[in-house]
Amino acid sequence: MSNAVSVLGGAGFSGIIRVVDAGVTGMITLRGDLACPKIAGAVKATVGVNLPQARNITQNGHNGAGWMSSDELLLTCPYEEACTKVEKLEEALKGEYFLVADVSDARARFTLTGAAVREVLAKGSPADLSPGAWPVGELRRTRLGQVAVAFWLRDDITAELVCFRSLGKFVWDWLNVTAGDDVPGYF
Amino acid sequence: MSERLAYGGRLIDRTCEISFTFNGREMKGYAGDTLASGLLANNQVLVGRSFKYHRPRGIVASGPEEPNALMNLGKGSTFEPNARATTTEIFDGLTARSQNHWPSLEFDVGAVNAIMPLAFPAGFYYKTFISPRAAWKHLYEPFIRKTAGLGDAPDAATRDADRYEYFYAHTDVMVVGGGIAGLAAARAAARSGVRVLVMEQSAHWGGRAPVDGASVDGKTADKWVKEGIDELSRMPNVRLRLRMMGTGIYDHGFALGYERLSDHKGAAGTLRHRLWHIRAGRIITATGAIERPLSFAGNDVPGVMLASAVRDYAVNYGVGVGKRVVVATNNDDAYRTALLLKDAKVEVPCIIDARPDPKGTLPEKARAAGIRILAGKAVSTAYGSKRLTSVGVCAQDSDGRKTAEFECDALAMSGGWSPVVHLWSHCGGKLTWDADRAMFRPDHDDLPPSGADGIGLVLAAGTADGEMRTAAVLENAHAAGLRAAGVIAFSDGAGTAAAEAPYDGPSGTDAGEAPMLPVWQMPARLSKKAMLKTWLDYQNDVKVSDVRLAAREGFESVEHTKRYTTLGMATDQGKLSNINGIAILADSLGADIPDVGTTTFRPPYQPVSMGVIAGEAHGTIFKPMRRSPMHDWIDANGGFWEPVADWRRPYCFRQPGESVRDAVTREILSVRENVGLLDASTLGKIIVKGPDAGKFLDMLYTNMMSTLKVGHCRYGLMCSENGFLSDDGVVARLDKDTFLCHTTSGGSDRIHAWMEEWLQTEWWDWKVYTVNVTEQYAQIGIVGPNARRVLEKMGTHMDLSAEALPFMAFGNGKIGGIKARLYRISFSGELSYEAAVPANQAMAFWEKALEAGVGFGITPYGTEALHVMRAEKGFIMIGDETDGTVIPQDLGLNRMISKKKDDFLGKRAQERSFMKDPNRWKLVGLETMDPQEVIPDGAYAVDGHLRHNGVRNMIGRITSTYYSPTLKRSVALGLVERGPDRMGEIITFTNPGGQEIEAKIVDPVFLDKEGARQNV
Repeated sequence: MSNAVSVLGGAGFSGIIRVVDAGVTGMITLRGDLACPKIAGAVKATVGVNLPQARNITQNGHNGAGWMSSDELLLTCPYEEACTKVEKLEEALKGEYFLVADVSDARARFTLTGAAVREVLAKGSPADLSPGAWPVGELRRTRLGQVAVAFWLRDDITAELVCFRSLGKFVWDWLNVTAGDDVPGYF
Repeated sequence: MSERLAYGGRLIDRTCEISFTFNGREMKGYAGDTLASGLLANNQVLVGRSFKYHRPRGIVASGPEEPNALMNLGKGSTFEPNARATTTEIFDGLTARSQNHWPSLEFDVGAVNAIMPLAFPAGFYYKTFISPRAAWKHLYEPFIRKTAGLGDAPDAATRDADRYEYFYAHTDVMVVGGGIAGLAAARAAARSGVRVLVMEQSAHWGGRAPVDGASVDGKTADKWVKEGIDELSRMPNVRLRLRMMGTGIYDHGFALGYERLSDHKGAAGTLRHRLWHIRAGRIITATGAIERPLSFAGNDVPGVMLASAVRDYAVNYGVGVGKRVVVATNNDDAYRTALLLKDAKVEVPCIIDARPDPKGTLPEKARAAGIRILAGKAVSTAYGSKRLTSVGVCAQDSDGRKTAEFECDALAMSGGWSPVVHLWSHCGGKLTWDADRAMFRPDHDDLPPSGADGIGLVLAAGTADGEMRTAAVLENAHAAGLRAAGVIAFSDGAGTAAAEAPYDGPSGTDAGEAPMLPVWQMPARLSKKAMLKTWLDYQNDVKVSDVRLAAREGFESVEHTKRYTTLGMATDQGKLSNINGIAILADSLGADIPDVGTTTFRPPYQPVSMGVIAGEAHGTIFKPMRRSPMHDWIDANGGFWEPVADWRRPYCFRQPGESVRDAVTREILSVRENVGLLDASTLGKIIVKGPDAGKFLDMLYTNMMSTLKVGHCRYGLMCSENGFLSDDGVVARLDKDTFLCHTTSGGSDRIHAWMEEWLQTEWWDWKVYTVNVTEQYAQIGIVGPNARRVLEKMGTHMDLSAEALPFMAFGNGKIGGIKARLYRISFSGELSYEAAVPANQAMAFWEKALEAGVGFGITPYGTEALHVMRAEKGFIMIGDETDGTVIPQDLGLNRMISKKKDDFLGKRAQERSFMKDPNRWKLVGLETMDPQEVIPDGAYAVDGHLRHNGVRNMIGRITSTYYSPTLKRSVALGLVERGPDRMGEIITFTNPGGQEIEAKIVDPVFLDKEGARQNV
């Protein structure tokens, strides 16, 4: 896997927040009936976290399970482990009606750090990103400017953002512009 | 003359002098001045020429309603036309130029128009420039555009130096307007704990109250405002924004705010404007009111100003607009101006009051101050050209015979006040005519614009709600704040049940006011001659005579009259002229004002910059562009880009000194003779999985997919419900329940959405999941006679022999150490493989392939070579051979239409008689008689007949056309009427600008019909 490179090759810059290409990340799409106990069990056994509540993400280090819709989860793990985790899930859910796909390479991921992280995202996302409406651990599927993204807060000042890989450079450029030097000061 | 007064100016800092220029002349102002107050302080009253007649025009107002003082501001990359001097804060180095004159402001050739105002009546352009027809475009319009028009257009080659952005905000209550009403409403709402966002368009809180001398809670308005702001800014749930205009209100509590961040700093290259996209639970419009001009002859002479503006300049900026100022009014409020001027030692020769017996508190004060009041009188004419010289007086109830004349250099006029109801009306708020106050005000009996809960979304507060007295303004605004916060119910009982609590809002006092007298023209029986010089709309040069003429010509609807006369259609959108114009129209029609009604109020309240509409989306982030993992390599290796959907793909790879055409030829020959490398990553890839996946794909594709064997691929066609081709691609069966569907590059998102739509709305009980994995895999084509050798050289344990991996099969394994799924499919007719590899490792794979291919003549190739080679093989391309009107049968793809299936999307539509018409245009190959000649793309085949309308009868068209380096001749695909039945026939194609081209109808497969090249 030493050949694997992320879109920006780990680049970073500092404006009103720090933006870093978070490098390659293991990501797995799991579609199925989230109420089915076997799914919860398979997720727990594979990535070691409980199923998230609607619109949330549960995390433990690199591993996590994010709620993407009522029948879709985004599982995260170290990049090298995604293949075996996909196989493990396939095995655990054999006979069930589900779909597992490795999407680690389909996305770019950025880590955004700084007190103004909500302000920067609110320059492009129509979601309510105020602390009362968007707490730590909530995953928002939304847009940033003109492109689809999802993001969640790891802690009060750290957001993780994923977008499609082909738009990684665009999102990077977008963040370079909007995280340049002006904090709206709303939150 | 206008000049800086010895004292006064609550908004300026006299210790901080600022230099700016107007038409190249250096002027001095103070920090806090607007451009308008700065100009007036330098005795510059004349600021522009009018739109139609090029009449000299001066500053009229002090706020955003200003119609005349529009400036070309800055230059080069910071140039901006049509900037209002009254809302532009000056900074050191500001440059302003007046507009709409030639050669100079002082001497304008166009002013000859003004000598003949009769020559430019309403509808003049429509009536005069109607014939000859062609002259409008080539003669009249270019000339009119040059002489009329307002500011200069920015230079096309110069780019805006500044930055812009959007911001999305959510709040419970949004308050527009930071005067005492807005602040009272905000405070009432905020104390309940809800989130409150307050915006004020100017640079200062407080609005008019401090100028007008109101007192609140026993304090001066200034002091109360300062304390109120202190309190609000300490509340964690309140956000206060200055220089932010409430621009528009839309459905569902959506509103726009326009924040001007650096206009007052004059620093280029900074974040200049921010467009706030706001979702608010309730919106309070505390937008105040705008004073109306009076309609008398000569009311546009520079020096004639609104009484409130005269007051503003004196109190806020310490500027006296004249040495001798006459006041003309129909209400008590203008007396404030007279009293203030008198205090400031400005001479006030008289107050001309249209009311027969003014005797309120303020008139009595004026009398006591020794100011002469001319009751029941009107202005007969204002004299002067570039500056007011005197004012004639007549009886209001007369035809204008002058009874006296007063020398003066300024006239402060007041025709009453109109609440700013724009924002209330944007989202459907209705208005009611208040005859006593002669104003349209928000109608609370009718349904207010309502939010998602059916309760009023917009609440007008204070003066904007029609309240004119300080106590009533505050009471009204306080209640609006409580209602917006859900503390008390709406007046119609909607919302929260009323809490019976004593009033705890602010109290206000002001000088009492006696009733005003509606006066729509001065004098009442204005002569026809005087009407020609009596302006309603300064900016668009519309006069009382124009509206009356429109009424006589049958324009009864206010909307029609507006468009015919252009009343209220300028950049100020009739902020001063609207009500006066409606009143004149009503009078002309013999109708009541409420029956005539208003024109429609639309966003934006004030013009916003073009830059802020684009926001951050310019330069590199103007539009999203999708990049394949090989993008940078392609860019560095001669890639000649073309857009394909949101992607960029290389049309070809140009070597140094090579033309595009030569590059394409080289690439094709290399693929046909050796091996080529293709980045096909943009192809859509969708996993479809579930017990019903086969059944689902049988419905989506025209051919049978459920019978596909695991490990094999099948080409498929997708149609819309109407039977037309929508997409195509190869489907691979990964296991019993899992298929991988490839789509066109532009189709990946669309087809995925199409699948989900059917699964979620129609076949919701089918057990099928889909995932779009387009971006997960880069797809790299290794194509040509040496393809197998290159893959073997890269190193793989997979058996690539024709027996182990036959055509239309795929295998999984590692190639060059990278996990890959290898498809043996061909779009070129050559031995061809496509390797799907994880996108993050695609660049490594690409480089390994290049390295392994060195000895085999490997050549990266682009989309044009791809297109030529597929056309040589007669393969169709979605978007070339199809255009949304083509069915598979038109393309000779009948074999792709399963007859075994009961149904598939498009099946029934394809049974329609028109679809079965034997005369449909069908796909054929076309060979030109001259092999070197290439038919232009899209050329029509004609049969020599004329249609009834004189157009040549068309019997076909070209869909793909290329020069084939392989065959050393041109090849074309086209749709021709009954084409396949006409093999060998020679038909004629149009060729705009050239000789018509003859071509022979042939089989669409030009190269290797038996497939020998790929079956190796």
